[in-house]
Amino acid sequence: MTEEYKPPALPSPFTNTTPAPTLLVQGAEAHLYKTVSLDPSIPAALKVRPSKPYRHPILDRRLTRQRIIQEARCLVKLVREGVSVPAVLAMDWEGQGGEESAWGGAWLMMEWIEGPVVRVVLEQWEAWMKKHATALDASQMPMEEDRVRGLMKRIGLTIGGLHKAGVVHGDLTTSNLMLRSPAQGQRQETGLAASAVSMEGEVVLIDFGLAAQSTQDEDRAVDLYVLERAIGSTHPRSEQFFDSVLLGYRESHKGAGSTLKRLEDVRMRGRKRSMIG
Amino acid sequence: MESKLETISLPHLPASLPIHVALFRNVQNSAFLRQQLLAGNADFEYAMIDASLVFSRAHAMAAVFRAMNDYLNSRLKSHNVHSEIVFSFNPTNNIAESFRKLGISDSTKDLLIIKVSVSPDITHDSVATHLASSVEGVPMSFDDSTLSEIHDINKIKKLYKLGALPSPAVKADPSQPMPGAAKDLLESSLIGAIALRGS
Repeated sequence: MTEEYKPPALPSPFTNTTPAPTLLVQGAEAHLYKTVSLDPSIPAALKVRPSKPYRHPILDRRLTRQRIIQEARCLVKLVREGVSVPAVLAMDWEGQGGEESAWGGAWLMMEWIEGPVVRVVLEQWEAWMKKHATALDASQMPMEEDRVRGLMKRIGLTIGGLHKAGVVHGDLTTSNLMLRSPAQGQRQETGLAASAVSMEGEVVLIDFGLAAQSTQDEDRAVDLYVLERAIGSTHPRSEQFFDSVLLGYRESHKGAGSTLKRLEDVRMRGRKRSMIG
Repeated sequence: MESKLETISLPHLPASLPIHVALFRNVQNSAFLRQQLLAGNADFEYAMIDASLVFSRAHAMAAVFRAMNDYLNSRLKSHNVHSEIVFSFNPTNNIAESFRKLGISDSTKDLLIIKVSVSPDITHDSVATHLASSVEGVPMSFDDSTLSEIHDINKIKKLYKLGALPSPAVKADPSQPMPGAAKDLLESSLIGAIALRGS
């Protein structure tokens, strides 16, 4: 018999929230909920970093606090710089109930981004291509590939904007890239077969839990490398289009050239630098 | 005087703590109101904010929510939740500075007044009645289009050190709202600064 699953308790003040926030994802570091913003008609994402009971309380509090503040600072800075990331709506890093409290956790309320993650878009596209590959005529195939190249290039441009603003993401995967759905009534799917997968929408970067402020080529190149590896392993049919990410990246800002040069080195040795010598 | 006091139940806060918000233009007795605050007259325990520094409804609600969350967790940095609301509008941790810059002054003409129902005898009617008899000014609706006629974008940007933000163009016609994108960018930056204060 497995015990009945109990979702983790919400921190104050979200115990008041009606309807209660819905748990979407539970990771090792944080829980993500969907709730409403301070305007009940506008949705919001709530990221809760619960305290970890196995850590010493003082250390636990300090780590949780540092990490949530780091994430929020990056987001606020990026919003100011016009990079498309979720805006910060409210947060709390103090934990609850005084110094030796029962809860040393922290929370961050963010703008809700409506739309699919790129991982799902590419998965659907790859499945669609697999199914229809034989039926596609000579003109459709390159058209489909061009759509993916276009998406990849937009991703490169967005990452370039992020790096230009002085922030590295730290965990760039296709699950941390979203396509913001265009507002209703503004969709403009031009001449697409009904079953084809939409790649419309602004590319939005999410989950800055491992982000840092850095302008070093090494950190930037590792961002690109991690994404390259992620696409290679998660989306084998799309891997050949990764070049378009770099194409977009190169156009995005002046320092891109030296980062791309560094990417060559990183590819040779992998993400981790040698600790020897 | 006709009351335009709005009572707002903010999501995530206990239903027992509604927020009462009133906006006045052309206030004539600011010096008197400020004096009551300084004297600690409990009847005048309001958050009184210079409305020229209030960008939008969402901006104001972010500050109220920050103060309310600190209130509910018993970690106010100032005397009470109402002074804390004024302080919450400030992007830095300096309380005295926040009152000086954002709070009511003798010459304040446009005033945002906020009151939280921290005790059961504070109700929409009690606040409306008291404000109607104490504030000599023109009641306005608390909405973005009214605030856009009152607020001073340059003063707000200076206070929040957001001068580098793409200027939403000098508003030739103040009745025209800012272009949507520039408004969203500035609003998000203000709300972010309020959330991050003291981090």
